[in-house]
Amino acid sequence: MKIAVLSGKGGTGKTTVSTNLAKVMNWDYVDCDVEEPNGFIFLKPNVLKTKKVNVPIPKIDDEKCINCKKCVEICQFNALAGTNTGIILFEKLCHSCGACELVCPVDAITEEERSIGKIDIGQSEDIKCMRGVLDVGEPMAVPIIKELKSLIDEKPTIIDCSPGSSCSVVSAIEGVDYAVLVTEPTAFGLHDLKIAVSLVKEMKIPFGVIINRAEEENDLITRYCKEEGIYLLGKIAFDRKAAVLYSQGKLLIEDEVFRKGFEEIGRKIEGVKRCN
Amino acid sequence: MQLVVISGKGGTGKTTVAASLAYLSEKSIKVDCDVDASNLHILLQGKDIEEENFFGAKVANIDSNKCIKCGACEKVCRYDAIKNYQVDPLKCEGCAACTVVCEQNAILLKDEVTGKTIITQTNKGLLSRADMVIGAEGSGKLVTKVRKNAMAHRKNNEWIILDGTPGIGCAVMASVTGCDAALIVVEPTQSGLEDFLRVLSLINFFGVKPFVCINKYDINEDMTIEIEKYCKEEGIDVLGKIPFDPCVKEAVNALKPIVSYKESKASKEIIKIWNKLKEIYKEDV
Repeated sequence: MKIAVLSGKGGTGKTTVSTNLAKVMNWDYVDCDVEEPNGFIFLKPNVLKTKKVNVPIPKIDDEKCINCKKCVEICQFNALAGTNTGIILFEKLCHSCGACELVCPVDAITEEERSIGKIDIGQSEDIKCMRGVLDVGEPMAVPIIKELKSLIDEKPTIIDCSPGSSCSVVSAIEGVDYAVLVTEPTAFGLHDLKIAVSLVKEMKIPFGVIINRAEEENDLITRYCKEEGIYLLGKIAFDRKAAVLYSQGKLLIEDEVFRKGFEEIGRKIEGVKRCN
Repeated sequence: MQLVVISGKGGTGKTTVAASLAYLSEKSIKVDCDVDASNLHILLQGKDIEEENFFGAKVANIDSNKCIKCGACEKVCRYDAIKNYQVDPLKCEGCAACTVVCEQNAILLKDEVTGKTIITQTNKGLLSRADMVIGAEGSGKLVTKVRKNAMAHRKNNEWIILDGTPGIGCAVMASVTGCDAALIVVEPTQSGLEDFLRVLSLINFFGVKPFVCINKYDINEDMTIEIEKYCKEEGIDVLGKIPFDPCVKEAVNALKPIVSYKESKASKEIIKIWNKLKEIYKEDV
């Protein structure tokens, strides 16, 4: 059972929801927001193992290369450029597809590994915690997300996704059993929630919504969910106390009222899990 | 002068600040680089005057009449995008490896629309933005196009104000590269500090001059002091400290930039930041 927490947009409380839920539900936690992985700040796991994430990139043997530029022609990402004296590789543009190696008529291309980031694996009490960390200056997050996901075992796991709706999010939520969409009751929140809703609908993932920083009973998100028949998993109240706990790197469930709220949401998710 | 407002992470108030600067600088051209979830037009409103499809990716297409189901394409695809002789467009990166191995020439790459670029006329000047197709690949390329569109409309060397993208990945690099200055919006939180350091190293890498403003500084004043201390050591100007102000949420819900609320404490501080920037760059905007 894998549940992804996403939001359409950053700053809505995705990491807050994922980490607090992981703790009250006693589920494993995986931070796929590899550009800005913040979950460990709150769960404070002991990191037991760190491994590098490598991607294959072409290595061109200048001795063998006949400078036919077939590799340059096939590369769809402009990662290879042909000059009079040989082929130049822009390694950060490389998508590791292997097409250049396939077209080389003289087998001058082999592959070597290049590191783009790392994965940390740790333990916070009973919870196994993993996170991916993309090196600064590296453009591509997806290979790290894919590797992280391959390390998830059979235990129930919460996946904290990156903001937005681009390829990183698609790769993080691919194959999950349920999605939790976190939003806030503002016009921005609604706009971004709609984007997240279309994404999970397109990928045919069942989902529910959590409203963070909720202030009133019948806010614009509640109305939207009712109109669209979207299941509302719960609300997290707008409270300065939450902002203060967050700023100190603490979990909201340290506060009794918030703990009860998250337990309630956790029960609903367990219920959904049984239905699916 | 190209100024990008950036944050390392979403939700720090980047758009609140960017929309305010955009509103205050009537002559500037505005760019919303957050192509995944663009919000600036919600605040600035206005009328769309140009729209164009953007072909930012390619997707493999298998001609079922020619396909002999040999499975070579599925085997060579490193993105698991081909199953049962069908291409999953969400997974396909358009790399062309499958076209190389297909002996029947049954596979062609087709240009794919990954978004729409839009020019919006607001009553505070032009806004260049995009609507990205959900789940699309290559948001960095779309950011580059949105910036190019803004440059095409620039006549007299006007300021370009960019609302950046969250994170540090390809879209952020595309937002930052070539800018003169970056205003980093930082939240005084544990995670805010970590995200700030990551985005700062990216900005330094691109040789862009960094400035900092601390948003909701009074949520955690110890952390604010820590950030200020760090900036001082690194020689980065902290242009302002925006207080927590419930009026900001009111402004968002009223779909107005916070600076249109004259009495708001946050608004006063943002105006101060803007005046400092103008003074530093000594330009009439």
